[in-house]
Amino acid sequence: MTGVTATLTTAVAPPQTRKAGPGPARKRMRSFYPAWFFIPAIALYVVFFAVPTFAGFYFSLTRWTLFDQTFIGFDNFVRFFQDPQLVSGFVHTFQYGFVTSAAKVVIGLALALLLTSPVLGRGYLRAVVFFPVLVSTIGIGITFKALLEPFRGIVNTVLGSVGLPTPGWLTDPALALWSVAAVDVWKGVGIATLIFIAGIVAIPQEYFEAARVDGASSWTIFRNITLPLSRPAMGTVIILSLIGGLRSFDLIWAMTGGGPGFTSDVIASVIYKQYQAGFYGLSTAGNVVLFVVVTAIMLPISWLINRKEAEL
Amino acid sequence: MSARPLTTRIVAISGAAVLIGSMAACSSGGSADTGSSGKVEITYQADNGPATAATAKPLIEAFEKANPDITVKFDTRPQGTDGDNLVKTQLSTGEMADVFNYNSGSLMQALNPDNTLTDLSDESWAGDVDPQFTKVVSTDNGMYGAPFGTSFGGAVMYNKKVYEELGLSVPTTWDEFISNSEKIKDAGDVAPIIQTYGDTWTSQLFVLGDFANITAQQDDWATQYTKNKESYAKQPALAGFEHLAEGKDKDLYNEDFASATQANGLKMLADGTGAQYPMLTNAISALEQDSPDAVADIGAFALPAEDADDTNLTIWEPNGLYIPKTTTGDKLEAAKKFIAFANSSEGCKVQNDTGTPGGPYVISTCSLPDDVPPMIDDLQKYLDDGKASPALEFLSPIKGPNLEKICVQVGSGITTAAKGAEQYDQDVVQQAQQLGIKGW
Repeated sequence: MTGVTATLTTAVAPPQTRKAGPGPARKRMRSFYPAWFFIPAIALYVVFFAVPTFAGFYFSLTRWTLFDQTFIGFDNFVRFFQDPQLVSGFVHTFQYGFVTSAAKVVIGLALALLLTSPVLGRGYLRAVVFFPVLVSTIGIGITFKALLEPFRGIVNTVLGSVGLPTPGWLTDPALALWSVAAVDVWKGVGIATLIFIAGIVAIPQEYFEAARVDGASSWTIFRNITLPLSRPAMGTVIILSLIGGLRSFDLIWAMTGGGPGFTSDVIASVIYKQYQAGFYGLSTAGNVVLFVVVTAIMLPISWLINRKEAEL
Repeated sequence: MSARPLTTRIVAISGAAVLIGSMAACSSGGSADTGSSGKVEITYQADNGPATAATAKPLIEAFEKANPDITVKFDTRPQGTDGDNLVKTQLSTGEMADVFNYNSGSLMQALNPDNTLTDLSDESWAGDVDPQFTKVVSTDNGMYGAPFGTSFGGAVMYNKKVYEELGLSVPTTWDEFISNSEKIKDAGDVAPIIQTYGDTWTSQLFVLGDFANITAQQDDWATQYTKNKESYAKQPALAGFEHLAEGKDKDLYNEDFASATQANGLKMLADGTGAQYPMLTNAISALEQDSPDAVADIGAFALPAEDADDTNLTIWEPNGLYIPKTTTGDKLEAAKKFIAFANSSEGCKVQNDTGTPGGPYVISTCSLPDDVPPMIDDLQKYLDDGKASPALEFLSPIKGPNLEKICVQVGSGITTAAKGAEQYDQDVVQQAQQLGIKGW
């Protein structure tokens, strides 16, 4: 578990570190606060983040049963990459991460446009879109598992009663991962919408007024004002949803357990199953790999997005 | 800059203080539950299945009545691999309940019993235990578990009414089993074979329940397997995977096999909408909870081998009751009393009254009630004829964690039998290495 926490916190860190930079800010902080002001934070950081992270790196090099450990060098990494489920796990992780992220961007932007225009019951609709975000992921997973049950679930009962096909949403190997992804989008799109709304509302009204005076169509306004000026929001949405998608686990675990068989297994669930089986060293090695992979994907993306932002 | 050494020192000191503080918190939490009135309170942990609780609660009541100075708190854990993980974590952090109920055999061996469990070989009941059971809760250094519940079979539970209506007889070869199943399928609405992948562990029965048939064909298979000299990719072991795939190919499974749970499966068996269910026979307890009237209609036969001479019943030993090394003093005495009580004639009576036995007991102080379900007689016949032998997990410590998922893939037609067997052979390698077994 420590491995997981450490990985996640460090994986999220890079995009946030872009800010003020060196120089005056730092100097000012030092003159304002004496060194001992930072001790509580440093102590917490060391005890709960730094130590577990390094312990995680160490244990990834051991065969660890919780009761004792043997140092075995890089054998865990070799084994991890030989795992027959690993390749399909990686493929599913990328499919899931990119598809949910793209869907959240598109749907989130569409909803944000709707909810920033003067529609009836706007406040109520905004709340409704955001509600799924507030519900526990496991709760959503268990609920949808019941709703999507192929023979007794509500969804297929309704579909069947109007003569539509009733697929095994979570039991058909070709569908399971996508059914979970759809629920993930439903649950997560509220955050994306919220960020887009904030981005769109922040655009000065004068631009829209000026464009309208010049006779620009709605599409032109969207294409040339709203879209480019909400790019910072889009960057945030992409980064957050992609990180979320690549390390997604709880929803998949609650809905399919990686099944049927291994057909909806992602990296995180492969690691979790190794941990469950008592292969603590191996699963820690898996977490180190996941950390490296997520960082390797996110660093260039966040760099690319931030650079575009700077150009604007 | 001059502040830095000081900072480092303070960080170190406060870090140490945090550690000591948390340790102090642990120890005070550990000793707080000895009551002030001279009463000893111990905790008993078992899995969260409804049938488990139905026995545990009356057992605790009876024990507290007999020992008024001891109170027992009942605690549950999840079933399956989540529970295994919890047990390992609690043992290694010293948080384990004073008495816990857990599998015997390979799962118990994975707990590192010599370092974590209390040796029970000197207890008064130890001599009454069937030596076969003693073997599966022992290491070279001690005997760590007392039996709880009965042994049971991995067999095909079937609905006798369906068999009677269609004039079928109990199959002794695989071909007879398939031909029975096809007759059931042709007859109409009844699902010939029940599979329930909503509870993934139930998918393993075709493979694990076939093990006595493997032993019948090759006596030392388990020993050779532990040495990495036998594998599931070749016969006789491959047969289990092939049978699983054949049922799917011939469309003999219930239509909702992919999502049905064990409870659904038992219900189908009880009300006759499903005919045959490869299952652990202790599931009869769960069946009785939901459909008490159907118990008399249920029989069982061993999973058939290709050849009738090789068709043997695979036997599972009961769970054990264990005491962790971290339980000491008054609590240890109380825990030992609790275990002795569970295996006394009084404790057995509670077990008989509250659950339906799934097979014979393995301790001489316990005997089955007179009105056992007819299914038990079916199983007893195999034992009497010497046509029963233990499951692999009691003969070899090697059991791969992904067998249930692999079986789901084979039974759903996602992969072939040969591919599934090959995947499982790869899956056990890590387990064998983790246990430090030679030859892997």
